[in-house]
Amino acid sequence: MVTITINGKAVQANEGEMLLAAIRRQGIDTPALCHHDAIEPCGSCRLCMVEITKKEWEGWTRSVTSCLYPVEPGLIVSTHTPQLLELRKTILELYLARSSQSEVIQKMAEDYGITHSSFPVIPDGDDCIMCYACTRICEELGCFAISAVDRGHDKKVSGPLRQPPPDCIGCLSCAHICPTGFIKWQDLDSTRTIWERQFELLSCRTCGKRTITRDFAEYLMKKRNLPAAYFELCDDCKRTETAKTMGKIVVAAQEVLK
Amino acid sequence: MRITSAEHLTQLQKEYQKEAAKFPRKILVCLGPGCLAAGSDRIYDAFLNHIAQRNIKGITVEAVKKTGCHGLCTQGPLVTIEPDGLFYTRIQAKGVPEIIEKTLEKNEVITKLLYSTPGKSQKIEKWADIPFYSHQMRIGLRNVGQIDPENIKDYVAVGGYQALAKALTMTPEQVISEVKTSGLRGRGGAGFPTGKKWETCRKVDSDIRYVICNGDEGDPGAFMDRCIMEGDPHSVLEGMIICAHAVGSISGYIYVREEYPLAILNLQKAIEAAREFGLLGKNILGSGLNFDIKISRGGGAFVCGESSALMRSVAGEVGEPRAKYIRSVIKGLHDKPTVLNNVESFATVPVIINEGGKKFASIGTPRSTGTKAFSLAGKINNTGLIEVPMGISLREIIFDIGGGIPDGRKFKAVQTGGPSGGCLPESKLDLPVDFDSLTEAGSMMGSGGMIIMDDRTCMVDVAKYFLGFLVEESCGKCVPCREGLYQLHALCVRITEGKGEPGDLELMEKLSKYIQLGSLCGLGQSGPNPFMSTLEHFREEYEAHINHKKCPAGVCRALIKYEIIDACTGCLACIPVCPVGAITGEKKKKHFINQAICDQCGSCYAVCQFDAIEVK
Repeated sequence: MVTITINGKAVQANEGEMLLAAIRRQGIDTPALCHHDAIEPCGSCRLCMVEITKKEWEGWTRSVTSCLYPVEPGLIVSTHTPQLLELRKTILELYLARSSQSEVIQKMAEDYGITHSSFPVIPDGDDCIMCYACTRICEELGCFAISAVDRGHDKKVSGPLRQPPPDCIGCLSCAHICPTGFIKWQDLDSTRTIWERQFELLSCRTCGKRTITRDFAEYLMKKRNLPAAYFELCDDCKRTETAKTMGKIVVAAQEVLK
Repeated sequence: MRITSAEHLTQLQKEYQKEAAKFPRKILVCLGPGCLAAGSDRIYDAFLNHIAQRNIKGITVEAVKKTGCHGLCTQGPLVTIEPDGLFYTRIQAKGVPEIIEKTLEKNEVITKLLYSTPGKSQKIEKWADIPFYSHQMRIGLRNVGQIDPENIKDYVAVGGYQALAKALTMTPEQVISEVKTSGLRGRGGAGFPTGKKWETCRKVDSDIRYVICNGDEGDPGAFMDRCIMEGDPHSVLEGMIICAHAVGSISGYIYVREEYPLAILNLQKAIEAAREFGLLGKNILGSGLNFDIKISRGGGAFVCGESSALMRSVAGEVGEPRAKYIRSVIKGLHDKPTVLNNVESFATVPVIINEGGKKFASIGTPRSTGTKAFSLAGKINNTGLIEVPMGISLREIIFDIGGGIPDGRKFKAVQTGGPSGGCLPESKLDLPVDFDSLTEAGSMMGSGGMIIMDDRTCMVDVAKYFLGFLVEESCGKCVPCREGLYQLHALCVRITEGKGEPGDLELMEKLSKYIQLGSLCGLGQSGPNPFMSTLEHFREEYEAHINHKKCPAGVCRALIKYEIIDACTGCLACIPVCPVGAITGEKKKKHFINQAICDQCGSCYAVCQFDAIEVK
């Protein structure tokens, strides 16, 4: 543990952990849209920027993204300077111009006292804020099915060459992690649709409930070396089976002990 | 053949010099980008064919050489006849027999092919006497335009790889110390001290270190690195091998953009030749140093010139920058310590080793030593490639070397540092060109592109152009750059369309401030510069667009109209060039533009010889 100063208060933090974690532990609300504990930080939303300095820097300060800056002993951190507040407001206005319909963005902007953007609303804007959470989780899980294609303002998340991603297994991680709920999917009967692709859903042998996609099951079989039988039951029925088996063992053990 | 030692190299150098001395008269045909585009490859072939057919005393086909860019692109295709230094401009393939007959056989100078000063007042025979060349000092470009880049023997003959041989007798620390003494700062734009970079890399504890050469020259109007890679690839390799020795690397990459096919080709040939000569690979010059270089081709994304994006691209990932709280010299390519230097920096290193750091440091200014290559483009008489000592004034570059503004127009601004740089007005012309002065004035050195603008240039339009370029080239990773530059550009477009509103400039200033503060990489942080610097020096032009709906330079179509005044002689010249048929008139009678049809393209304005068309 090392000592750093956050907003004038000396606090303990782990050396090497990212500043954002240390700041949030203090209960200081620092906004971030692209941050998620499950994935590597990437610093694309720029909302978590803080101002840092050190005694020996002699008054020189630097603005950094707290999600990417590792804790060093003696760091002096300010999270809500007037300049940082203005920066966050400007960024939120830019978000609001692109994703004017997103409730998450609207709420966050409201917290900063912004109800409308000073910039013209982009007519073909959507709720994707290009935070890369979906592509990072997809990388983390080892599929690399989706990525950011094109560049600049035309950049969007998609399969290679703007086609449906051939390597997608329909696991829905991307949809669940998306902070604005932009990634849509649908389960209809035994078919799941996401990224303009359709996947077959497996059903539980006992109760008939839909479980995961066949592609996902096959992926896990290979990656985790699991038997096909593992995917025959849904999680609930698996639990019931286990309970039954355990019950039998207990009864048998009692018989033996009698 | 493998060169096994420094002595062996010197022996070969003498041999190649002797070989070259067999042809005292050489015909150098420039195959630089400008001349090649004007067909100089056909001129080269014509020389070969005609000389092969005729029997001229002392001249054989071996005396004809193709070289890289000679510099004075605007006068191309260029041919130099050495050792006299006779300089022929604007040559055509059909003119080659005349040159052979008169100049090579009879020693006559063909006056019509000589360079004439702007205004055609004077003809100059030798290239070294032309002000464009006489004010220059060439270090990085020392061999460009002088040797055949495809022939390693040419490079060895002029002392190539001697610096490497010398460096290998020094300890890595001595090499680094020499580079530090030279004061060399990175020529790619940021100006980081090269020696310090090497030293840091060497000190990082690691099993592998990489040396990368950044040849991803993406600034519009910049072609210095291209000319070095095309015209003197071995100097880049030599600099890289010296660096490898200094930092302890066995593997290097040259990252070249796909748009430079000739640079890739010439570098590839150079690498192969260097391998054959034992200058790359195992046990270089018998010293025990192992080092090899691969070419990595970029897809032409501007952002891939940024160090972290470049390294991701080399590693096969998407070319996007990452936050550099740990510098790439400590954790770069494949998370290993990496030295990344620009083409020109590497090409300069051999000279520093040969001549000593002190001598290099004596050139230029104390904090910006040595020389710097620039490419001159835009509204300037001598478009081309130059290299000058640091500290020279912009005025000397533009007026003495560049020959001033064409057609007697007035100088308005010079854009330095590429799209992320800034525009400097006439009041800054006496500014010394060095890293710190340019940054202080709100522009930057950048990689060395210079675009000169005359009084018919609208600065709002210029800002719009560069912002548009940056919007296209933004990688799109972080919000301030992706959305912020987009909005800044949109506001600029709105102003040029006459739809600007009071308060726009203040909004743009505020937005610019936070793009600079909030962006992830240098591209975003410097992105608003085209707007900020034009606003600083030409605010009244923005205000004229917004408040008076006027474009003072007469460029922004929505804000101007063309009218024919009484000076019209009725010459009919403007009528056929009008693409929309808006001009009517009879011979020797004043013509008339129908404003309802005119779309302000400016074709009539450009073609009128009598200044009879006015922009209002």
